[in-house]
Amino acid sequence: MTDKLIDEIRNSLDSGEITSDVLFDEAISKAYKYQNDYNCFVTILDNNRFVSGNSVISGIPYALKDNISTKGILTTGSSNILKDYIPLYDATVYKKLKEAGAVLMGKTVLDELAMGGTGTTGHTGIVRNPWDKNRMIGGSSAGSAASVALGIVPFAIGSDTGDSVRKPAAYGGIVGYKPTYGRVSRYGLFAFASSLDHVGVFARSVKDVSYVMDNIKGYDAKDMTSLPDEDISYVDNLDNDIKGRKLFYIKEAIDIESNSNELKNIISNFKDVINKCIELGFEVEEVSFGRELLEAVYPVYNVISCAEATSNNSNLTGIPFGNRIEGNDVNDIIMKTRTNGFSELIKRRFVIGSYVLQKENQDKLFLNAGRVRRLIVDRMNELFKKYDGLIMPTTSDIAPLFDKASDKLSEEYLILGNHLIIGNFGGFPSISIPSGFVNDMPVSVNITGRVKEDCLVLNMANKLESVLGCKGMVAKHE
Amino acid sequence: MSKYVPIIGLEVHCELKSNSKNFSSSKNGEGEVNTNLSVIDIGYPGILPVVNKEAVRKSIMVALALNCNIPEKLIFDRKNYYYPDLPKGYQITQFANPIGTNGYVMINVDGEDKKITIQDTHLEEDTANMDHLSTYSLIDYNRAGVPLLETVTDPCINSAKEAIAYLETLRNMFLYLDVSDARADLGQIRVDVNVSLKKENDDKLGTRVEMKNINSFSTVKEAIEVEIKRQMDILESGGVIEQETRRYDEVNKTTIFMRGKSDAVDYKYYIEPNIPPIKLRKEFIDEIRSKMPILEYDRKNKYINEYGISNVDASTLTKDKKLSDYFESIISFGANPKETSNVITGFLLGYLNKNYKNISDINISSNDFSDIIKMMSSGKISNKQVKDIFTKALDENISVLDVAQSIGTQISDKEEIRKIINNVFNENPKVIEDYKAGKNVNGFIMGLIMKKTSGKVNPGVTNMVLMEELKKI
Repeated sequence: MTDKLIDEIRNSLDSGEITSDVLFDEAISKAYKYQNDYNCFVTILDNNRFVSGNSVISGIPYALKDNISTKGILTTGSSNILKDYIPLYDATVYKKLKEAGAVLMGKTVLDELAMGGTGTTGHTGIVRNPWDKNRMIGGSSAGSAASVALGIVPFAIGSDTGDSVRKPAAYGGIVGYKPTYGRVSRYGLFAFASSLDHVGVFARSVKDVSYVMDNIKGYDAKDMTSLPDEDISYVDNLDNDIKGRKLFYIKEAIDIESNSNELKNIISNFKDVINKCIELGFEVEEVSFGRELLEAVYPVYNVISCAEATSNNSNLTGIPFGNRIEGNDVNDIIMKTRTNGFSELIKRRFVIGSYVLQKENQDKLFLNAGRVRRLIVDRMNELFKKYDGLIMPTTSDIAPLFDKASDKLSEEYLILGNHLIIGNFGGFPSISIPSGFVNDMPVSVNITGRVKEDCLVLNMANKLESVLGCKGMVAKHE
Repeated sequence: MSKYVPIIGLEVHCELKSNSKNFSSSKNGEGEVNTNLSVIDIGYPGILPVVNKEAVRKSIMVALALNCNIPEKLIFDRKNYYYPDLPKGYQITQFANPIGTNGYVMINVDGEDKKITIQDTHLEEDTANMDHLSTYSLIDYNRAGVPLLETVTDPCINSAKEAIAYLETLRNMFLYLDVSDARADLGQIRVDVNVSLKKENDDKLGTRVEMKNINSFSTVKEAIEVEIKRQMDILESGGVIEQETRRYDEVNKTTIFMRGKSDAVDYKYYIEPNIPPIKLRKEFIDEIRSKMPILEYDRKNKYINEYGISNVDASTLTKDKKLSDYFESIISFGANPKETSNVITGFLLGYLNKNYKNISDINISSNDFSDIIKMMSSGKISNKQVKDIFTKALDENISVLDVAQSIGTQISDKEEIRKIINNVFNENPKVIEDYKAGKNVNGFIMGLIMKKTSGKVNPGVTNMVLMEELKKI
């Protein structure tokens, strides 16, 4: 039952055909069953139970990324430095889900402190792709994506700083949504890069994402960057007419000369999607975005995210909390704690971050990155005057094999692989939905819309989903 | 020795009063160790800051009082460094856009006015308190996150005396604005001092030396004097001043090297991403301006111009805000301002001084105080009686009105006084003889009357009636 869509689960709960306890036990038993092979969870909460709630998601089990603060429940950020850390407070998103009656069944594995896109760097081991164990699910919200793709839970919460919800969703054949910056409170989300961080949602349909969004969105006095409440239900507006809505795709990213059959097939899948869009009544145009801007996306992201990350993670010293390593004096304690607590990849990011923030480099690197970010966002906003959304293949590849080098900077990586980051630069709502298969692995398309127009983005994605034939997919069937 | 001119700049950190901390809802105030704190103050993963509007209002008030420019937007920055008293690993402060810039304040040194220019005043959060013991240190996070306003002068101060005059003016400003209790002994006000020496007639500034975290004004004065002397000695013997941070050793009255220029920390300031720029609307600033209390300088002028109080007495009354508030409260109950001032400056302050007390130790309500002044003004009691009443009431910690009652009020009624005079005449026939013999007996008779009435008669009236009675003889 936990591999079904929310409407069906809700009906079964309401008709008394199933109870939330049975549903919860099913999620737990699946979690244990798949834990060895796929490693979705840092913590499985066997003893949690439905308490109360009367929302559409009440009584339904879900999973939460382990960088979201849960009072009294281990929250590690998948890092050794926090391996025993038990928070004293609840993140707003968790509190809202609790109030809605959703039942937390597990805390999911991520790339260490959400920095990474492979799902291989968490302190409890790698997360595998439910469609093919030899492949990555991608990250950083790896366990959340895999738990939904495996049918353990109907939805899960992740976080997205560059593509950390949308990419693993695409590799896992499920829907991944990153709302407008400020739509969902970040209070309690372990900060990676505050100006880019978003709480996001995984589910197996746009409607299910919308059900969850309707319960977690809203102004939070604890997050000064949160947006004012909007008096609107996303679910109620999913079927609005989209005739005449205009989409564009980026010419430079699609017009790629490549010998890779995989990429050719991904582009061909995308072109089929475009045709279906047109059949649905969308107008779709090819637009040249500007190669220089597109090539700048990844370096700009690298500079800004590393800079903010080094500052945001300066609280991890082992002094007020965390996994302290004793030393001769306070500096020695801090140094040993951080040296032992972080993996090499994290330290590399911190070094980059410190470097770009140094007085002598700051203007040239950090502040310039901010200026280019602004140019990219301005370009998007200019296009959004004419178009309602940007549609693109979510990724330039299918889920990579574990032995495939991941640090390459090929042309498609630079352009097609990084357009999702633009959504974080501008805080644009952005959704990935499965659109078919290439080499037996799921591929997806992604729609990014105007800031604050979450409702329209979900509406357009829902319409498109209805003709793609990939709604409600799970990788494993019992 | 006058070859060099001291150039001094001061950075004053002042803890602001507020219900809650600068970026969290934890209490800002006294409390048991590590009780005024929340996950936000200790920098737990995932926390976010929320700006305290009250702290912003108070900071703007200070910025306005310092004649500063207020920016259009309130923006915070992060100052990044590792120290256990800074749980987040960064301090939220204002670097690029302070809440007040390019201001000034007038100070008075030995009767001369001087303008001290203010580089900026900026709002930030205080660090935790640390106690360093022999083999370990203790951290009290109660102070972590308390709103702290840092006010930075230009290097425009030329002596320790000016520095103290500025610090006292600034502290008084904080007290008058009621933004802080500004108690140096509690660390609510702490000073960093920059000192350099400049050749007279030379525009080029010398190399500056910084002394951090001095928390009493008298120590600031000593530290400046000692550091000027040290630099002077170096320069006069042909040496060079190094840019460095030094610490003032109060016991040995000397400054000690702490760290040099090459050890300077790069704080990697950058904009705080969790606080969106907040527009400071003109109406908001105007509203704050309209609610600003009258400051020391303006009060003093009011006392002189409206109440006819002397410059010296007006200075005395306004130098201490508590005293000035007490004075204003007394006159609000109808007491004559000038007479009230005379009693306070001419008697009360001397009494307090002699008894090692200060104005907060007085528990005479301003209403009662006013009643006594009114009795004096209407002639019911004499100036001397006022002093006696206050002295007795303060010595014995009893009500002034009760004392006034028991001492009795002054006799001013002519006929009553006439009766007393005639009684004195009857009791002292020899004086009448002496008067008839042409002797001047007025003073002697007055003395007899005073003795008989324990000084309760009104001297003016008594003298007048006495002349009339003597003429009848």
